[in-house]
Amino acid sequence: MATGHAHPLHLPGSSPLHRARPQCKLAAAFLFVLAVVATPREAFWAFGVYAVALVALARVAGLPLPTLARRLVIELPFLLFALFLPLVGQGERVEVLGVPLATEGLWAAWNIVAKGTIGVATSVLLAATTPVPELLRGLERLRLPAAFTTVAGFMVRYADVIADEVRRMRIARISRGHDPRWIWQARAVAASAGTLFIRSYERGERVYLAMVSRGYSGSMPVLHDLAATRGQWLAALALPAAAAAVALTAWGVRP
Amino acid sequence: MTAALEVDGVAFAYPDGHQALFGVSFRIERGERVALLGPNGAGKTTLVLQCNGVLLPGAGRVTVAGLPVATEHLKEIRRRVGIVFQDPDDQLFMPTVAEDVAFGPANLGLGGAELETRVKAALAAVGMEEHADRPPHHLSFGQRRRVAVATVLAMEPEILILDEPSSNLDPASRRELAEIVAGLDITVLMVTHDLPYALQLCPRALIMNQGSITADGPTGDLLADSALLAANRLELPFGFDPRALGRRQPD
Repeated sequence: MATGHAHPLHLPGSSPLHRARPQCKLAAAFLFVLAVVATPREAFWAFGVYAVALVALARVAGLPLPTLARRLVIELPFLLFALFLPLVGQGERVEVLGVPLATEGLWAAWNIVAKGTIGVATSVLLAATTPVPELLRGLERLRLPAAFTTVAGFMVRYADVIADEVRRMRIARISRGHDPRWIWQARAVAASAGTLFIRSYERGERVYLAMVSRGYSGSMPVLHDLAATRGQWLAALALPAAAAAVALTAWGVRP
Repeated sequence: MTAALEVDGVAFAYPDGHQALFGVSFRIERGERVALLGPNGAGKTTLVLQCNGVLLPGAGRVTVAGLPVATEHLKEIRRRVGIVFQDPDDQLFMPTVAEDVAFGPANLGLGGAELETRVKAALAAVGMEEHADRPPHHLSFGQRRRVAVATVLAMEPEILILDEPSSNLDPASRRELAEIVAGLDITVLMVTHDLPYALQLCPRALIMNQGSITADGPTGDLLADSALLAANRLELPFGFDPRALGRRQPD
């Protein structure tokens, strides 16, 4: 149970990557992924360059590579899907270890694996160097409507409170001999879910009351001046600019 | 001199028709610490919400330091009346302690160095300066309640209203909070059914039952009157000696 750590993906540090403005990091990560996706899949070398760039950034940030590698596991379900493509693909086939595989399927699988892995690695890097509240502030600076960032902020704040409530309710249930094994015994669990919904709703009302009592009138006050200088933007956008150059070159040298 | 809080003939019914307050009147002078005692369901919380205009009375009026509670100056009323709610998780919703304390004064339009000074002073008043940058849910329950007090102090209110301040606190946190409240130079209305806590902190007490004020006097005298307590569903904890109460005066 996640008790009390709201930013489990964040690895604290003081590297330039950690200190960069969140809005710059968000924009850079997004544009970098766009450049990666736009790269022709035949250009193996280009994906190598992207991977090397990400590893270099992780080293600059002083992040442990094995930890980051473990976090890539989240993309496994997508990779499984990619594995099926060569088996079910149509058209020309090649024999690999006696298994006939579709060439087009192999290319599609490689495309998903390479671009997916680099995309996930980019967001893992972003999450490891930026705590969640900063990400939200960054999104706000990027003009995401305040309603979205406020709701996301509340979600982060109350996830633990609600998880704790779920845990207490479960303990109270099993303390009274509830031992659900079959689907028809799920009734109590469903009732708990309903109770939890009502309780969370009521908590929402109480939080709002407490906010109104402290002068809340519809918009959250801006507490941080996070404006980024031109230099910070240029430094952050150097990565996607380089990636775009690589992608263009890859298109240019394409046979 | 104007009273810090004046409640005059306030009656209130909820939209579902449930009448919660029947003509409540009392005055709290500047610098007083007053306990509002009463059993569950007496209307204490309803009364508290009348004081900052979250609920508006059906009849009667509430005045805070001379300013009547009415829709046209709710903002100023909410600055003057600081309510610390019972569950600190309801009150602390920002990512860090410092941001949460800044929420109220920022809503009042403060910013920059002035805002920072307010936040620092409020956190210092409850002894939580070193936790300024932590997320609220990493704190103990007692610490969260102290931060909740700071969030309200940062607005420099005329009157501090504490709703069940001692609930769920362990004895040490309870004492620490009492020391903090006793050390504040501010008018306090403390809503509670923790009678020893009321006696420790408040020289004067109001007893409320079924939507009316049934007694108003020195806390020690009220708590020594066992017939009065019984009539209002209030009870002293086991072993708490009522004979000692008359002699003991709060500091």
